[in-house]
Amino acid sequence: MNEALTLLSFGDQGWGDTIALGVLVTVSLAIATLPFGLVLGFLIALAKKSSEPSLKLAANIYTTVFRGLPELLTLFLVYFGVQIGIQQGLKLIGVETYVEVNSFVAGMVALSLVFSSYASEAFLSAFRGIPQGQYEGGHALGLSRYQTMSLVILPQLIRLALPALGNLWLILLKETSLVSVIGLADLVRESGIAARVTKEPFMFFGIACLIYLVLAMISSTGLARIERWTKRGEGAR
Amino acid sequence: MIAANPVTGLQRPPAPPRRWTNTRIFGHVLMALWILSGASLVYYLGSNVASPFVLKYWPNYLSGFIVTLQIVSVSLLLGALLSLPIAAARASKWKIFSAPAYAYVYFFRGTPLLAQTFLIYYGAGSFRPELEAVGLWGFFQEAWYCVIFAFSMNTAAYQAEILRGAIQNVPKGQWEGAAALGISKPVAFFKIILPQALMVALRPYGNEIILMIKGSAIASIVTIYDLMGETRRAYSRSYDFQAYIWAAVTYLMIVEILRRVWDKFEARLTRHLKR
Repeated sequence: MNEALTLLSFGDQGWGDTIALGVLVTVSLAIATLPFGLVLGFLIALAKKSSEPSLKLAANIYTTVFRGLPELLTLFLVYFGVQIGIQQGLKLIGVETYVEVNSFVAGMVALSLVFSSYASEAFLSAFRGIPQGQYEGGHALGLSRYQTMSLVILPQLIRLALPALGNLWLILLKETSLVSVIGLADLVRESGIAARVTKEPFMFFGIACLIYLVLAMISSTGLARIERWTKRGEGAR
Repeated sequence: MIAANPVTGLQRPPAPPRRWTNTRIFGHVLMALWILSGASLVYYLGSNVASPFVLKYWPNYLSGFIVTLQIVSVSLLLGALLSLPIAAARASKWKIFSAPAYAYVYFFRGTPLLAQTFLIYYGAGSFRPELEAVGLWGFFQEAWYCVIFAFSMNTAAYQAEILRGAIQNVPKGQWEGAAALGISKPVAFFKIILPQALMVALRPYGNEIILMIKGSAIASIVTIYDLMGETRRAYSRSYDFQAYIWAAVTYLMIVEILRRVWDKFEARLTRHLKR
């Protein structure tokens, strides 16, 4: 028991600080991905609910592709694809170098693609929950289409989409672990290093799992709070 | 040809021409981009069908494909078996059953599959003397068994939740009706509740299969040569990016075909519910 505590302590003896850094990387990757995924997902949902068939089809192809590919493969496609793409591009202008893409950025791009395709479905079903009268009401009040969207629809949309988006956030948090495969020093990778050096794999991977659970619990409490906040207008009724 | 109204004899005016709104232009541009990239993908793959890369590696891809199918089907089946007691315990009134089942489900749904696989594959090493004493060390030494074990445990947690949700979704009146007809509880469960519950569970089960196919790519990280593993090996030997493109096309086809077949299957099984 004492040994285990020494291994987990911060400082020279223990691995506490290494793992804490890994947690920081995991959380910051998830948080950095979220805004891109949400905005992209919202735009795709708008395209899917538009009356223009070509736009709808284009958005549906996007979702089909990124929901059908394994996340790990998407990650490799982005990581190696961008790398090779840049190298080929540089070759065209006569520069021959080896380019390495930052694994954090590659992870962010790949996870945003996956997250946005799922989020678009969440937004789309939330859009279906908003009655047509809300748009007509906004129009009748003389609001522009942009104003109707941002002042009337969006606040209700967030409330409707929040449960599904909360689930997607929890999935995103777990999916960041895949980025450890392309070398990002996240929670899984740091605990893997600790496990190899100390020869205590069960303890360190167990701790990694428990930290993921704690992150999920914190997120659930936070999400419940946001949900309460979005429903603050409903109590008066 | 616009049909005339039979009563008044008046011709309906032709529909106004669809205007080129910004949305329409944007949609067409996006579609053009998709068609362009799709066509170049087909051209690229077509011109590489007989390339040295494909000739050299296609048997590997085939065996990887089979390994992926094996992992997915075995884990799903074992997970389905394991999910039955878990779902029963989870729905139990007694805390001694429901609390551990809840903890199990929470753990496996709250942590990444990658971490679970590592925990079992590498973590088993921590218990080597104990496992050798019980004669299970050989089991945990093999990456294949570890992956099957981890994936089955993981999907069992998800499937237990699907099953529990579906069974609780069946209205209480069905139980009461069965009781009123003098049908015993076990018979009511298997003949009345379960068939209705499985109907509701079809869609989430289909999603779980797809999630499992996608998740099985993780097996490649612990030295299993499934489709993803063969892809990574081919890429590390050839540095040819088409390794990943072939894999992407294969995975996309598996998932799309399965999704469509499952939709048909579901429509067929629930045809009595359609009005």
